[in-house]
Amino acid sequence: MTDMSRLGIDFAGVHFKNPIVPASGTFGYGKEFEEFYSLSELGGISVKGTTGTRRNGNLPPRIAETPSGMLNSVGLQNPGIDHFIAEELPYLKTKDTVIIANIAGSTAEEYREIAEKLDSTDVDMIEVNISCPNVKAGGAAFGVSCEGAAHITSIVRKATKKPVMMKLSPNVTSIADIAKACEAEGADAVSLINTLLGMRIDIRTGRPILHNNVGGLSGPAVFPVAVRMVWQVANAVKIPVCGMGGVSSWEDAVEIMMAGASLVQVGAAIFNDPMVPVKITKGLADHCNEKDIMLRDIVGAVKPW
Amino acid sequence: MKYTQGLYPIISKKAIAAEIYDMTIRCPHIAKAAVCGQFVNIKADGFMLRRPISICGIDKENGTLRIVFEVRGKGTKALSQLAEGQLIDIVAPLGGRGFTLLEKDKKAVIIGGGIGNPPMLPIAQHYGRNATVISGFRNASAVILQKDFAASGADVILCTDDGSAGRKGFVTDALAETLKSGKPDIIYACGPSVMLKRIISQAKEAGVKCEVSLEERMGCGVGGCLVCACRTIRDGEEYYAHVCKDGPVFDAEEVLFDD
Repeated sequence: MTDMSRLGIDFAGVHFKNPIVPASGTFGYGKEFEEFYSLSELGGISVKGTTGTRRNGNLPPRIAETPSGMLNSVGLQNPGIDHFIAEELPYLKTKDTVIIANIAGSTAEEYREIAEKLDSTDVDMIEVNISCPNVKAGGAAFGVSCEGAAHITSIVRKATKKPVMMKLSPNVTSIADIAKACEAEGADAVSLINTLLGMRIDIRTGRPILHNNVGGLSGPAVFPVAVRMVWQVANAVKIPVCGMGGVSSWEDAVEIMMAGASLVQVGAAIFNDPMVPVKITKGLADHCNEKDIMLRDIVGAVKPW
Repeated sequence: MKYTQGLYPIISKKAIAAEIYDMTIRCPHIAKAAVCGQFVNIKADGFMLRRPISICGIDKENGTLRIVFEVRGKGTKALSQLAEGQLIDIVAPLGGRGFTLLEKDKKAVIIGGGIGNPPMLPIAQHYGRNATVISGFRNASAVILQKDFAASGADVILCTDDGSAGRKGFVTDALAETLKSGKPDIIYACGPSVMLKRIISQAKEAGVKCEVSLEERMGCGVGGCLVCACRTIRDGEEYYAHVCKDGPVFDAEEVLFDD
Protein backbone atom coordinates (compact mmCIF):
# COMPACT_ATOMS: atom_id res chain seq x y z
CA MET A 1 0.00 0.00 0.00
CA THR A 2 1.26 3.41 -0.97
CA ASP A 3 1.51 5.92 1.87
CA MET A 4 -1.01 8.64 0.91
CA SER A 5 -0.50 10.75 4.03
CA ARG A 6 1.50 13.48 2.31
CA LEU A 7 -1.28 14.52 -0.08
CA GLY A 8 -3.71 16.35 2.23
CA ILE A 9 -4.74 19.90 1.29
CA ASP A 10 -6.95 22.42 3.06
CA PHE A 11 -8.78 24.38 0.41
CA ALA A 12 -11.29 27.17 1.10
CA GLY A 13 -11.92 25.73 4.56
CA VAL A 14 -12.51 22.19 3.30
CA HIS A 15 -10.05 19.35 3.88
CA PHE A 16 -9.21 17.18 0.87
CA LYS A 17 -7.26 14.00 1.58
CA ASN A 18 -5.63 14.43 -1.82
CA PRO A 19 -5.98 17.21 -4.38
CA ILE A 20 -7.31 15.15 -7.30
CA VAL A 21 -10.90 15.86 -8.28
CA PRO A 22 -12.65 14.58 -11.45
CA ALA A 23 -13.86 17.66 -13.31
CA SER A 24 -17.50 18.53 -13.76
CA GLY A 25 -19.03 17.15 -16.92
CA THR A 26 -16.60 14.28 -17.30
CA PHE A 27 -17.72 12.16 -14.38
CA GLY A 28 -21.53 12.32 -14.24
CA TYR A 29 -22.62 12.09 -10.61
CA GLY A 30 -19.86 9.58 -9.95
CA LYS A 31 -21.84 6.34 -9.78
CA GLU A 32 -20.64 5.00 -13.14
CA PHE A 33 -17.04 5.13 -11.98
CA GLU A 34 -17.73 3.07 -8.88
CA GLU A 35 -17.59 0.22 -11.39
CA PHE A 36 -13.84 0.90 -11.69
CA TYR A 37 -12.78 1.98 -8.17
CA SER A 38 -14.16 3.30 -4.93
CA LEU A 39 -15.07 6.98 -5.11
CA SER A 40 -13.53 7.24 -1.64
CA GLU A 41 -10.10 7.10 -3.30
CA LEU A 42 -10.71 10.54 -4.81
CA GLY A 43 -9.92 13.86 -3.16
CA GLY A 44 -13.30 15.10 -4.25
CA ILE A 45 -15.83 14.97 -7.05
CA SER A 46 -17.09 17.95 -9.00
CA VAL A 47 -20.43 16.67 -10.22
CA LYS A 48 -22.14 17.28 -13.54
CA GLY A 49 -23.18 20.92 -14.01
CA THR A 50 -26.70 21.14 -12.64
CA THR A 51 -29.36 23.68 -13.51
CA GLY A 52 -32.64 24.77 -11.92
CA THR A 53 -34.70 22.38 -14.01
CA ARG A 54 -33.96 19.39 -16.23
CA ARG A 55 -32.12 20.15 -19.48
CA ASN A 56 -32.01 17.86 -22.50
CA GLY A 57 -28.76 19.28 -23.89
CA ASN A 58 -27.67 19.76 -27.47
CA LEU A 59 -28.31 17.56 -30.47
CA PRO A 60 -25.55 15.06 -31.31
CA PRO A 61 -22.81 14.88 -32.42
CA ARG A 62 -21.54 16.38 -29.20
CA ILE A 63 -17.88 15.41 -29.45
CA ALA A 64 -15.04 15.75 -31.94
CA GLU A 65 -11.47 14.56 -31.58
CA THR A 66 -8.69 17.10 -32.14
CA PRO A 67 -4.90 16.88 -32.07
CA SER A 68 -4.11 16.06 -28.42
CA GLY A 69 -7.59 16.95 -27.33
CA MET A 70 -11.28 17.07 -28.03
CA LEU A 71 -14.20 19.42 -28.50
CA ASN A 72 -17.48 18.88 -26.70
CA SER A 73 -20.85 20.55 -26.78
CA VAL A 74 -23.09 18.62 -24.43
CA GLY A 75 -25.08 21.73 -23.57
CA LEU A 76 -25.51 21.02 -19.86
CA GLN A 77 -27.77 17.98 -20.13
CA ASN A 78 -28.76 17.25 -16.53
CA PRO A 79 -31.79 16.15 -14.49
CA GLY A 80 -32.09 19.41 -12.50
CA ILE A 81 -31.17 20.45 -8.97
CA ASP A 82 -34.10 18.79 -7.18
CA HIS A 83 -33.20 15.44 -8.70
CA PHE A 84 -29.56 15.95 -7.74
CA ILE A 85 -30.43 16.70 -4.12
CA ALA A 86 -32.98 13.90 -3.76
CA GLU A 87 -31.47 11.13 -5.88
CA GLU A 88 -27.73 11.66 -6.30
CA LEU A 89 -26.42 13.49 -3.26
CA PRO A 90 -27.44 10.94 -0.57
CA TYR A 91 -25.46 8.24 -2.37
CA LEU A 92 -22.45 10.51 -2.92
CA LYS A 93 -22.43 11.45 0.76
CA THR A 94 -21.90 7.82 1.74
CA LYS A 95 -18.44 8.12 0.16
CA ASP A 96 -15.39 9.41 1.98
CA THR A 97 -14.71 12.22 -0.49
CA VAL A 98 -15.49 15.92 -0.86
CA ILE A 99 -18.66 16.59 -2.85
CA ILE A 100 -18.58 19.72 -4.96
CA ALA A 101 -21.92 20.69 -6.49
CA ASN A 102 -21.36 22.35 -9.86
CA ILE A 103 -24.18 24.72 -10.78
CA ALA A 104 -25.17 26.71 -13.85
CA GLY A 105 -28.03 29.03 -14.70
CA SER A 106 -29.50 30.93 -17.62
CA THR A 107 -30.27 33.90 -15.37
CA ALA A 108 -28.87 35.36 -12.16
CA GLU A 109 -32.12 34.36 -10.48
CA GLU A 110 -31.59 30.71 -11.45
CA TYR A 111 -28.12 30.74 -9.87
CA ARG A 112 -29.62 32.21 -6.69
CA GLU A 113 -32.38 29.59 -6.48
CA ILE A 114 -30.00 26.68 -6.95
CA ALA A 115 -27.51 28.04 -4.41
CA GLU A 116 -30.30 28.52 -1.87
CA LYS A 117 -31.49 24.96 -2.37
CA LEU A 118 -27.97 23.62 -1.90
CA ASP A 119 -27.37 25.71 1.21
CA SER A 120 -29.51 23.41 3.33
CA THR A 121 -27.93 20.20 1.96
CA ASP A 122 -24.67 18.60 2.99
CA VAL A 123 -22.69 19.31 -0.17
CA ASP A 124 -19.23 20.46 0.87
CA MET A 125 -18.69 23.19 -1.69
CA ILE A 126 -20.41 24.91 -4.59
CA GLU A 127 -18.60 25.42 -7.87
CA VAL A 128 -20.33 28.07 -9.96
CA ASN A 129 -20.05 27.57 -13.68
CA ILE A 130 -20.02 30.98 -15.36
CA SER A 131 -18.06 29.66 -18.28
CA CYS A 132 -19.98 26.98 -20.16
CA PRO A 133 -19.44 27.75 -23.85
CA ASN A 134 -22.20 25.41 -25.05
CA VAL A 135 -25.46 27.00 -23.97
CA LYS A 136 -27.25 29.91 -25.57
CA ALA A 137 -28.34 31.81 -22.46
CA GLY A 138 -26.29 32.46 -19.34
CA GLY A 139 -23.21 30.30 -18.98
CA ALA A 140 -20.20 32.00 -20.43
CA ALA A 141 -22.14 35.22 -20.98
CA PHE A 142 -21.63 35.98 -17.28
CA GLY A 143 -18.06 34.75 -17.18
CA VAL A 144 -16.54 36.89 -19.91
CA SER A 145 -16.86 40.25 -18.16
CA CYS A 146 -15.75 41.39 -14.72
CA GLU A 147 -19.22 42.87 -14.11
CA GLY A 148 -21.02 39.63 -15.02
CA ALA A 149 -18.66 37.48 -12.94
CA ALA A 150 -18.93 39.84 -9.97
CA HIS A 151 -22.71 39.92 -10.23
CA ILE A 152 -23.14 36.13 -10.15
CA THR A 153 -20.56 35.82 -7.37
CA SER A 154 -22.40 38.28 -5.18
CA ILE A 155 -25.79 36.63 -5.85
CA VAL A 156 -24.50 33.17 -4.94
CA ARG A 157 -22.48 34.51 -2.01
CA LYS A 158 -25.65 35.97 -0.47
CA ALA A 159 -27.61 32.77 -1.10
CA THR A 160 -25.32 30.35 0.72
CA LYS A 161 -22.82 29.94 3.51
CA LYS A 162 -21.16 27.05 1.68
CA PRO A 163 -17.69 27.67 0.27
CA VAL A 164 -18.18 29.20 -3.20
CA MET A 165 -15.74 28.49 -6.02
CA MET A 166 -16.22 30.40 -9.27
CA LYS A 167 -15.30 28.44 -12.42
CA LEU A 168 -13.71 30.78 -14.92
CA SER A 169 -13.64 30.94 -18.68
CA PRO A 170 -10.34 31.16 -20.56
CA ASN A 171 -12.12 32.92 -23.42
CA VAL A 172 -11.33 36.36 -22.00
CA THR A 173 -8.67 39.04 -22.35
CA SER A 174 -7.55 38.98 -18.72
CA ILE A 175 -8.59 36.03 -16.58
CA ALA A 176 -6.74 37.56 -13.62
CA ASP A 177 -9.09 40.56 -13.69
CA ILE A 178 -12.14 38.25 -13.72
CA ALA A 179 -10.70 36.33 -10.76
CA LYS A 180 -10.12 39.56 -8.84
CA ALA A 181 -13.72 40.62 -9.51
CA CYS A 182 -14.95 37.29 -8.05
CA GLU A 183 -12.65 37.62 -5.04
CA ALA A 184 -13.92 41.14 -4.34
CA GLU A 185 -17.50 39.83 -4.17
CA GLY A 186 -16.66 37.17 -1.62
CA ALA A 187 -15.74 34.07 -3.64
CA ASP A 188 -13.84 31.56 -1.48
CA ALA A 189 -11.92 30.12 -4.42
CA VAL A 190 -11.68 30.10 -8.20
CA SER A 191 -11.31 27.15 -10.55
CA LEU A 192 -9.86 27.37 -14.04
CA ILE A 193 -9.81 26.81 -16.89
CA ASN A 194 -13.10 25.81 -18.45
CA THR A 195 -12.82 24.83 -22.11
CA LEU A 196 -11.55 27.04 -24.93
CA LEU A 197 -14.08 27.70 -27.65
CA GLY A 198 -13.22 25.81 -30.83
CA MET A 199 -14.62 24.37 -34.06
CA ARG A 200 -13.98 21.51 -36.49
CA ILE A 201 -15.43 21.08 -39.97
CA ASP A 202 -15.86 17.84 -41.92
CA ILE A 203 -14.28 18.89 -45.22
CA ARG A 204 -16.19 16.23 -47.18
CA THR A 205 -19.61 17.50 -46.16
CA GLY A 206 -18.79 21.10 -45.27
CA ARG A 207 -20.65 20.54 -41.99
CA PRO A 208 -19.19 21.33 -38.58
CA ILE A 209 -18.58 18.04 -36.75
CA LEU A 210 -20.47 19.29 -33.71
CA HIS A 211 -24.18 19.86 -34.19
CA ASN A 212 -23.79 23.00 -32.07
CA ASN A 213 -21.19 24.11 -34.66
CA VAL A 214 -18.78 25.20 -31.93
CA GLY A 215 -17.71 23.59 -28.68
CA GLY A 216 -15.22 23.57 -25.87
CA LEU A 217 -11.65 22.38 -26.41
CA SER A 218 -10.05 20.33 -23.65
CA GLY A 219 -7.31 17.76 -23.22
CA PRO A 220 -3.51 17.97 -23.32
CA ALA A 221 -3.72 20.58 -26.11
CA VAL A 222 -4.93 23.20 -23.60
CA PHE A 223 -2.58 22.29 -20.75
CA PRO A 224 0.01 25.04 -21.34
CA VAL A 225 -2.79 27.62 -21.50
CA ALA A 226 -4.14 26.31 -18.19
CA VAL A 227 -0.73 26.46 -16.52
CA ARG A 228 -0.22 30.03 -17.70
CA MET A 229 -3.67 31.17 -16.56
CA VAL A 230 -3.40 29.44 -13.18
CA TRP A 231 -0.05 31.18 -12.66
CA GLN A 232 -1.45 34.58 -13.59
CA VAL A 233 -4.53 34.15 -11.39
CA ALA A 234 -2.59 32.76 -8.41
CA ASN A 235 -0.42 35.85 -8.54
CA ALA A 236 -3.42 38.16 -8.69
CA VAL A 237 -5.67 36.84 -5.89
CA LYS A 238 -5.29 35.69 -2.29
CA ILE A 239 -8.05 33.05 -2.45
CA PRO A 240 -7.00 29.52 -3.41
CA VAL A 241 -6.97 28.34 -7.02
CA CYS A 242 -8.20 25.01 -8.34
CA GLY A 243 -6.31 24.26 -11.55
CA MET A 244 -7.55 22.22 -14.49
CA GLY A 245 -7.20 21.96 -18.24
CA GLY A 246 -5.52 18.98 -19.86
CA VAL A 247 -4.03 17.45 -16.72
CA SER A 248 -3.32 13.83 -17.69
CA SER A 249 -0.49 12.59 -15.46
CA TRP A 250 0.95 13.12 -12.00
CA GLU A 251 3.69 15.20 -13.58
CA ASP A 252 1.05 17.52 -15.06
CA ALA A 253 -0.57 17.78 -11.62
CA VAL A 254 2.75 18.78 -10.05
CA GLU A 255 3.30 21.34 -12.80
CA ILE A 256 -0.07 23.04 -12.44
CA MET A 257 0.35 23.01 -8.64
CA MET A 258 3.75 24.66 -9.00
CA ALA A 259 1.99 27.32 -11.07
CA GLY A 260 -0.23 28.02 -8.07
CA ALA A 261 -3.08 25.49 -7.96
CA SER A 262 -3.74 23.86 -4.60
CA LEU A 263 -6.48 21.62 -5.96
CA VAL A 264 -6.41 19.89 -9.36
CA GLN A 265 -9.33 18.77 -11.50
CA VAL A 266 -8.90 16.08 -14.12
CA GLY A 267 -11.34 15.99 -17.01
CA ALA A 268 -10.80 14.88 -20.59
CA ALA A 269 -7.99 12.52 -19.55
CA ILE A 270 -10.67 10.33 -17.96
CA PHE A 271 -12.03 9.57 -21.44
CA ASN A 272 -8.63 8.25 -22.44
CA ASP A 273 -8.25 6.31 -19.21
CA PRO A 274 -11.04 6.09 -16.64
CA MET A 275 -8.44 5.05 -14.05
CA VAL A 276 -6.42 8.24 -14.45
CA PRO A 277 -7.57 10.05 -11.27
CA VAL A 278 -6.37 7.20 -9.05
CA LYS A 279 -3.21 6.71 -11.12
CA ILE A 280 -2.36 10.41 -10.71
CA THR A 281 -3.00 10.24 -6.97
CA LYS A 282 -0.68 7.27 -6.60
CA GLY A 283 1.96 9.00 -8.73
CA LEU A 284 1.78 12.09 -6.50
CA ALA A 285 2.11 9.97 -3.37
CA ASP A 286 5.15 8.14 -4.76
CA HIS A 287 6.68 11.49 -5.75
CA CYS A 288 6.18 13.01 -2.29
CA ASN A 289 7.39 9.89 -0.49
CA GLU A 290 10.49 9.73 -2.65
CA LYS A 291 11.28 13.44 -2.25
CA ASP A 292 10.26 13.42 1.42
CA ILE A 293 7.97 16.43 0.96
CA MET A 294 4.39 17.34 1.72
CA LEU A 295 2.44 17.92 -1.49
CA ARG A 296 1.07 21.26 -0.28
CA ASP A 297 4.65 22.60 -0.19
CA ILE A 298 4.86 22.59 -3.98
CA VAL A 299 1.85 24.89 -4.44
CA GLY A 300 3.13 28.04 -6.17
CA ALA A 301 6.70 26.78 -5.97
CA VAL A 302 7.55 27.84 -9.51
CA LYS A 303 10.64 30.04 -9.64
CA PRO A 304 9.93 32.47 -12.48
CA TRP A 305 12.81 33.93 -14.40
CA MET B 1 -16.84 -3.66 -10.22
CA LYS B 2 -18.46 -4.30 -13.59
CA TYR B 3 -15.86 -2.52 -15.73
CA THR B 4 -12.16 -3.18 -16.19
CA GLN B 5 -9.42 -1.17 -17.85
CA GLY B 6 -6.30 -3.11 -18.71
CA LEU B 7 -3.77 -4.38 -21.21
CA TYR B 8 -4.57 -7.77 -22.72
CA PRO B 9 -2.80 -9.93 -25.30
CA ILE B 10 -4.03 -10.16 -28.87
CA ILE B 11 -4.01 -13.86 -29.63
CA SER B 12 -5.02 -13.63 -33.27
CA LYS B 13 -5.47 -10.92 -35.83
CA LYS B 14 -6.27 -11.11 -39.50
CA ALA B 15 -7.68 -9.02 -42.31
CA ILE B 16 -10.99 -10.53 -43.45
CA ALA B 17 -11.95 -7.99 -46.12
CA ALA B 18 -10.65 -4.71 -47.44
CA GLU B 19 -9.88 -2.60 -44.34
CA ILE B 20 -11.77 -4.97 -42.04
CA TYR B 21 -9.92 -6.77 -39.27
CA ASP B 22 -10.79 -9.70 -37.03
CA MET B 23 -9.06 -9.79 -33.65
CA THR B 24 -9.26 -12.11 -30.66
CA ILE B 25 -8.17 -10.86 -27.25
CA ARG B 26 -7.46 -13.00 -24.18
CA CYS B 27 -9.17 -11.31 -21.21
CA PRO B 28 -10.77 -14.07 -19.11
CA HIS B 29 -12.60 -12.07 -16.48
CA ILE B 30 -13.92 -9.55 -19.04
CA ALA B 31 -15.11 -12.41 -21.27
CA LYS B 32 -16.79 -13.94 -18.24
CA ALA B 33 -18.71 -10.73 -17.54
CA ALA B 34 -19.55 -9.79 -21.14
CA VAL B 35 -23.01 -10.21 -22.65
CA CYS B 36 -24.24 -10.23 -26.21
CA GLY B 37 -24.56 -6.69 -27.63
CA GLN B 38 -21.93 -5.02 -25.45
CA PHE B 39 -18.77 -3.30 -26.68
CA VAL B 40 -15.14 -2.69 -25.79
CA ASN B 41 -13.57 0.77 -25.75
CA ILE B 42 -10.09 0.56 -27.21
CA LYS B 43 -7.20 2.95 -26.81
CA ALA B 44 -5.41 3.82 -30.04
CA ASP B 45 -1.88 5.01 -29.37
CA GLY B 46 -1.56 8.75 -29.84
CA PHE B 47 -5.30 9.45 -29.82
CA MET B 48 -7.32 11.18 -27.15
CA LEU B 49 -10.53 9.23 -27.53
CA ARG B 50 -10.95 5.49 -27.35
CA ARG B 51 -12.65 3.62 -30.21
CA PRO B 52 -15.82 1.77 -29.22
CA ILE B 53 -16.02 -1.58 -31.04
CA SER B 54 -18.86 -4.06 -30.70
CA ILE B 55 -18.19 -7.56 -29.45
CA CYS B 56 -18.48 -10.19 -32.18
CA GLY B 57 -17.75 -13.24 -30.06
CA ILE B 58 -17.64 -14.17 -26.39
CA ASP B 59 -15.82 -17.39 -25.50
CA LYS B 60 -16.22 -17.76 -21.76
CA GLU B 61 -14.48 -21.16 -21.70
CA ASN B 62 -11.29 -19.94 -23.35
CA GLY B 63 -11.56 -16.47 -21.81
CA THR B 64 -11.49 -14.56 -25.09
CA LEU B 65 -13.39 -11.81 -26.84
CA ARG B 66 -13.53 -11.42 -30.60
CA ILE B 67 -13.91 -8.06 -32.29
CA VAL B 68 -14.30 -7.23 -35.98
CA PHE B 69 -13.76 -3.63 -36.98
CA GLU B 70 -13.40 -1.45 -40.02
CA VAL B 71 -10.66 1.11 -40.56
CA ARG B 72 -12.60 4.36 -40.67
CA GLY B 73 -9.85 6.84 -39.84
CA LYS B 74 -6.42 7.24 -38.33
CA GLY B 75 -7.38 5.81 -34.94
CA THR B 76 -8.81 2.54 -36.25
CA LYS B 77 -5.86 2.42 -38.69
CA ALA B 78 -3.52 2.44 -35.67
CA LEU B 79 -5.57 -0.37 -34.08
CA SER B 80 -5.36 -2.39 -37.27
CA GLN B 81 -1.56 -2.22 -37.07
CA LEU B 82 -1.40 -3.98 -33.72
CA ALA B 83 -0.01 -7.47 -34.16
CA GLU B 84 -0.67 -10.88 -32.69
CA GLY B 85 1.13 -11.15 -29.35
CA GLN B 86 0.99 -7.41 -28.64
CA LEU B 87 -1.05 -5.96 -25.80
CA ILE B 88 -4.18 -3.94 -26.42
CA ASP B 89 -5.56 -1.41 -23.91
CA ILE B 90 -9.29 -1.94 -23.48
CA VAL B 91 -12.07 -0.82 -21.17
CA ALA B 92 -14.80 -3.45 -21.09
CA PRO B 93 -17.35 -4.89 -21.04
CA LEU B 94 -19.29 -1.68 -21.70
CA GLY B 95 -22.91 -1.07 -22.54
CA GLY B 96 -25.67 -0.99 -19.94
CA ARG B 97 -28.01 -2.91 -22.19
CA GLY B 98 -27.23 -5.70 -24.61
CA PHE B 99 -29.62 -7.74 -26.77
CA THR B 100 -32.50 -9.53 -25.06
CA LEU B 101 -32.19 -13.19 -25.90
CA LEU B 102 -35.41 -15.19 -25.83
CA GLU B 103 -35.63 -18.97 -25.44
CA LYS B 104 -33.49 -20.70 -28.07
CA ASP B 105 -36.54 -22.25 -29.74
CA LYS B 106 -38.10 -18.85 -30.56
CA LYS B 107 -37.92 -17.58 -34.12
CA ALA B 108 -35.54 -14.65 -34.61
CA VAL B 109 -34.71 -12.51 -37.62
CA ILE B 110 -31.25 -10.99 -37.29
CA ILE B 111 -30.24 -8.17 -39.63
CA GLY B 112 -26.80 -6.66 -40.05
CA GLY B 113 -25.81 -3.90 -42.45
CA GLY B 114 -22.11 -3.64 -43.30
CA ILE B 115 -20.00 -3.24 -40.19
CA GLY B 116 -23.26 -3.69 -38.26
CA ASN B 117 -22.89 -7.44 -38.88
CA PRO B 118 -20.29 -8.38 -36.23
CA PRO B 119 -22.46 -7.83 -33.11
CA MET B 120 -25.17 -10.01 -34.66
CA LEU B 121 -23.11 -13.20 -34.75
CA PRO B 122 -23.57 -14.12 -31.06
CA ILE B 123 -27.34 -13.76 -31.49
CA ALA B 124 -27.29 -16.12 -34.45
CA GLN B 125 -25.28 -18.60 -32.40
CA HIS B 126 -27.88 -18.41 -29.63
CA TYR B 127 -30.87 -19.19 -31.86
CA GLY B 128 -29.05 -21.49 -34.29
CA ARG B 129 -31.41 -23.01 -36.83
CA ASN B 130 -34.34 -20.99 -35.46
CA ALA B 131 -32.73 -17.83 -36.77
CA THR B 132 -32.87 -16.14 -40.12
CA VAL B 133 -29.86 -13.91 -40.68
CA ILE B 134 -30.15 -11.15 -43.26
CA SER B 135 -26.67 -9.88 -43.92
CA GLY B 136 -26.21 -6.88 -46.18
CA PHE B 137 -23.14 -5.21 -47.72
CA ARG B 138 -22.23 -2.63 -50.35
CA ASN B 139 -20.60 -5.19 -52.62
CA ALA B 140 -18.76 -8.53 -52.68
CA SER B 141 -15.47 -7.03 -51.46
CA ALA B 142 -17.11 -5.88 -48.21
CA VAL B 143 -18.71 -9.23 -47.34
CA ILE B 144 -17.63 -10.70 -43.98
CA LEU B 145 -18.60 -13.41 -41.48
CA GLN B 146 -20.67 -15.54 -43.88
CA LYS B 147 -18.98 -18.80 -42.81
CA ASP B 148 -19.54 -17.91 -39.15
CA PHE B 149 -23.21 -17.16 -39.71
CA ALA B 150 -23.63 -20.39 -41.67
CA ALA B 151 -21.86 -22.38 -38.93
CA SER B 152 -24.38 -21.07 -36.38
CA GLY B 153 -27.02 -23.13 -38.16
CA ALA B 154 -29.08 -20.09 -39.06
CA ASP B 155 -30.69 -19.64 -42.43
CA VAL B 156 -28.55 -16.90 -44.00
CA ILE B 157 -29.67 -14.46 -46.69
CA LEU B 158 -26.76 -12.49 -48.14
CA CYS B 159 -27.60 -9.24 -49.92
CA THR B 160 -25.41 -6.72 -51.70
CA ASP B 161 -26.42 -3.33 -53.02
CA ASP B 162 -24.96 -4.12 -56.45
CA GLY B 163 -25.66 -7.85 -56.59
CA SER B 164 -21.96 -8.76 -56.74
CA ALA B 165 -22.55 -11.33 -53.99
CA GLY B 166 -25.74 -13.01 -52.84
CA ARG B 167 -28.95 -11.40 -53.98
CA LYS B 168 -29.14 -7.85 -55.29
CA GLY B 169 -30.98 -5.45 -53.05
CA PHE B 170 -31.29 -4.10 -49.55
CA VAL B 171 -31.76 -6.06 -46.35
CA THR B 172 -35.14 -4.40 -45.98
CA ASP B 173 -36.36 -6.09 -49.18
CA ALA B 174 -35.28 -9.46 -47.82
CA LEU B 175 -36.96 -8.66 -44.50
CA ALA B 176 -40.24 -7.83 -46.26
CA GLU B 177 -40.19 -11.26 -47.95
CA THR B 178 -39.24 -13.05 -44.76
CA LEU B 179 -42.09 -11.40 -42.88
CA LYS B 180 -44.52 -12.51 -45.60
CA SER B 181 -43.61 -16.14 -45.04
CA GLY B 182 -44.23 -16.06 -41.29
CA LYS B 183 -44.10 -13.89 -38.20
CA PRO B 184 -40.94 -14.21 -36.09
CA ASP B 185 -40.91 -13.65 -32.31
CA ILE B 186 -38.26 -10.96 -32.51
CA ILE B 187 -36.20 -8.90 -34.93
CA TYR B 188 -32.71 -7.61 -34.18
CA ALA B 189 -30.86 -5.04 -36.27
CA CYS B 190 -27.60 -3.12 -36.41
CA GLY B 191 -26.40 -0.93 -39.27
CA PRO B 192 -26.78 2.50 -40.85
CA SER B 193 -29.58 4.63 -39.38
CA VAL B 194 -31.49 4.80 -42.68
CA MET B 195 -31.63 0.98 -42.61
CA LEU B 196 -32.65 0.86 -38.94
CA LYS B 197 -35.37 3.42 -39.48
CA ARG B 198 -36.93 1.31 -42.25
CA ILE B 199 -36.62 -1.94 -40.29
CA ILE B 200 -38.26 -0.38 -37.25
CA SER B 201 -41.29 0.61 -39.29
CA GLN B 202 -41.45 -2.83 -40.95
CA ALA B 203 -41.34 -4.50 -37.52
CA LYS B 204 -44.02 -2.20 -36.21
CA GLU B 205 -46.29 -2.91 -39.18
CA ALA B 206 -45.81 -6.64 -38.68
CA GLY B 207 -46.35 -6.33 -34.93
CA VAL B 208 -43.02 -7.92 -34.07
CA LYS B 209 -40.79 -6.93 -31.16
CA CYS B 210 -37.60 -5.33 -32.44
CA GLU B 211 -34.29 -4.34 -30.88
CA VAL B 212 -31.67 -2.15 -32.55
CA SER B 213 -28.05 -1.43 -31.68
CA LEU B 214 -27.05 2.20 -32.17
CA GLU B 215 -23.79 4.06 -32.53
CA GLU B 216 -22.82 7.66 -31.87
CA ARG B 217 -19.57 9.55 -31.36
CA MET B 218 -18.56 8.59 -27.84
CA GLY B 219 -16.48 10.04 -25.02
CA CYS B 220 -16.03 8.20 -21.72
CA GLY B 221 -17.97 5.09 -22.74
CA VAL B 222 -19.61 4.60 -19.33
CA GLY B 223 -22.21 7.36 -18.96
CA GLY B 224 -20.11 10.02 -17.28
CA CYS B 225 -19.79 12.60 -20.04
CA LEU B 226 -23.15 12.38 -21.83
CA VAL B 227 -21.77 13.06 -25.31
CA CYS B 228 -23.13 9.98 -27.12
CA ALA B 229 -26.70 11.24 -27.02
CA CYS B 230 -29.41 9.63 -29.14
CA ARG B 231 -33.00 10.76 -29.41
CA THR B 232 -35.47 8.53 -27.61
CA ILE B 233 -38.92 8.65 -26.07
CA ARG B 234 -39.08 8.10 -22.33
CA ASP B 235 -42.31 8.42 -20.35
CA GLY B 236 -43.97 10.06 -23.34
CA GLU B 237 -41.33 12.79 -23.59
CA GLU B 238 -38.34 13.19 -25.86
CA TYR B 239 -35.17 12.30 -23.97
CA TYR B 240 -31.55 12.20 -25.11
CA ALA B 241 -30.45 8.79 -23.93
CA HIS B 242 -26.81 7.76 -24.10
CA VAL B 243 -25.64 4.97 -26.37
CA CYS B 244 -22.90 3.81 -23.97
CA LYS B 245 -24.94 3.47 -20.82
CA ASP B 246 -28.62 3.27 -21.80
CA GLY B 247 -27.73 1.12 -24.84
CA PRO B 248 -26.15 0.41 -27.18
CA VAL B 249 -29.26 -1.75 -27.66
CA PHE B 250 -32.65 -0.03 -27.57
CA ASP B 251 -36.23 -1.14 -28.10
CA ALA B 252 -37.35 -0.06 -31.55
CA GLU B 253 -40.26 1.95 -30.19
CA GLU B 254 -37.95 4.06 -27.99
CA VAL B 255 -35.79 5.34 -30.81
CA LEU B 256 -36.40 8.59 -32.71
CA PHE B 257 -34.67 9.44 -35.97
CA ASP B 258 -34.01 12.80 -37.57
CA ASP B 259 -36.28 13.36 -40.54
